[in-house]
Amino acid sequence: MPQGPRKRSGAATAGRPHAVWALPGVLFFAFFAVVPMGLAFYLSFTSWDGLGDPTPVGLDNWRKLIDDDRMIQSLWLTVLLTAASWVFQTVIALLLGVWAAGRQRNRAVLSAIFFVPFLLSSTAIALLFYALLDPNFGIIRENILGSSGGAFLAIVFVGGWQFIPFHTLIYQGGARQIPEVLYQAAAIDGAGRYRQFFSITLPQLRHTITTSTVLMVVGSLTYFETVLILTKGGPGTDTAILPYLMYEAGFKSYDFGYASAIASFLVLVATGLSLILVRLTGFGGMRSTREGM
Amino acid sequence: MSHDTLPRPRPVRTEKHDTRAPTPRRRHWTKRANPVAGLGAVVWLAIVIVPIYAMLSASLTSQDKALTGNPLTPPTSPTLDNYNTVLNSGFGHLLANTAIVAVAVVAIVLGLSVPLAYVAVRTRDRWSGLAFRLFLLGVAIPAQAVVVPLYLLIAKLDLYDSLLAVILPTAAFAMPVSVLVLVGTLRDVSEELYEAMALDGASPQRMLFQLAVPMAKGGISTVVIYAALQAWNGFLFPLIFTQSDEPRVLTLGLFNYVSQFGVNIPALLASVVLSGVPIFAVYLVARRALVGGLMGVGGK
Repeated sequence: MPQGPRKRSGAATAGRPHAVWALPGVLFFAFFAVVPMGLAFYLSFTSWDGLGDPTPVGLDNWRKLIDDDRMIQSLWLTVLLTAASWVFQTVIALLLGVWAAGRQRNRAVLSAIFFVPFLLSSTAIALLFYALLDPNFGIIRENILGSSGGAFLAIVFVGGWQFIPFHTLIYQGGARQIPEVLYQAAAIDGAGRYRQFFSITLPQLRHTITTSTVLMVVGSLTYFETVLILTKGGPGTDTAILPYLMYEAGFKSYDFGYASAIASFLVLVATGLSLILVRLTGFGGMRSTREGM
Repeated sequence: MSHDTLPRPRPVRTEKHDTRAPTPRRRHWTKRANPVAGLGAVVWLAIVIVPIYAMLSASLTSQDKALTGNPLTPPTSPTLDNYNTVLNSGFGHLLANTAIVAVAVVAIVLGLSVPLAYVAVRTRDRWSGLAFRLFLLGVAIPAQAVVVPLYLLIAKLDLYDSLLAVILPTAAFAMPVSVLVLVGTLRDVSEELYEAMALDGASPQRMLFQLAVPMAKGGISTVVIYAALQAWNGFLFPLIFTQSDEPRVLTLGLFNYVSQFGVNIPALLASVVLSGVPIFAVYLVARRALVGGLMGVGGK
């Protein structure tokens, strides 16, 4: 491939690839991810049953969305699920990760075992707990998935069971990079273990916490599989999070216009959550963590 | 290590339950026993192991015994019948499809992301900066949000109900993280090495294959693992873009077993165990690379 036209002369530009090299990747990603996002927004203003052509209907789907009680409940559930999962996973993964960052043999062995749930797919894990929570078969012979609080907590737990290993690993990596000298200085100043944890470990892990949090928030929007298999949104609609509502509207009721409105709304919620995270944690930190990766 | 030889005064202890003798000089903060943390780790160990144990034990139990006993009691007369049932119901076909998807996704992601990341690091073009930012934003696009329009695109491309309908979107959604990881590692290749090669008259593609790729091996293996896991675990795209037996992948096959096996929970669990075996085998062989690669995601 010829080297692109040289605008700058000298060694600084010698042997640099032409930007055209990036084009196949950009086009591919744009076609399968960015264009569909725009298309989802367009489809939200149409009526489409999945077979014929979409016909424009103006704001109908959005009006329906605003009036839909299930949507309000679903939004609330999505936010609640994200928040509950964040608390559950962050507390445990942070503590386990910091503990596992120590270099003892038993920690290495335990960390290896802790990682095993992450090797199973979400589908496999949802099926595993579907079986273990079955009132006729399971460990606890009570209909946990039949009660709305139980079903919600089961989803939080199953999501945590799957993803805590991964976040533990992230925190373990972060904790290992904290300079040892900080702890030595603190010990000389007489700080105890708990003081060291709150004054050194936590502040030093703030970028790691941001990275992990962003991954968790984006990840908790994908609890769709767990919900579909474990509860089918039930009992009633008590665990029907936004992605599940979208799936039902589109691929069960064949109302793809309305499904697109929910999907567009989902993007807005995801962006909103990201913006809140930006405010709370500073996206600058996130970006530098990313860039330093 | 030098810090072990530093004189260390006895720390002033504020916690009243901490009544141990003065810390010996050679002890390191991370090596001091922390009973609370140790106990927590053991509790989590139980939470991890009990479901896995219950799954293995139940998958070895015949169906009638499974319904009367508790999954926590070890099977009295273990049987492999459930595994036979699963293996005889097309499991090999599901596995082969999933392997094809995983290999294709990894190939596409590497083939497209490596040159892209290389350009993002090496050119000072304003377009390459823009491309990089596109992928930074791409991390936040939830696949659920675009599944309806993708369904339309897949149908218009005449790809519905084929393995390609699963492969292409899965690869696209694995790209943002892959590009970010690759940019991170390629950035660590020092400019002097490129300059030395440039003085020798090396072309950009020679630099890519003889310098950048070998130096970025760590990042590349992380991307391989990440993309393969995405393909292996993918559920939404297969669910929506395929329907017949021919292109069915493992996750969707598992999902269908629920209706197929009905109340035969031991067979269901045997299928879950079998679905985990290949990836567990990879984990045993390549644990270091796998864990090390993923650990880097949140470091620094």
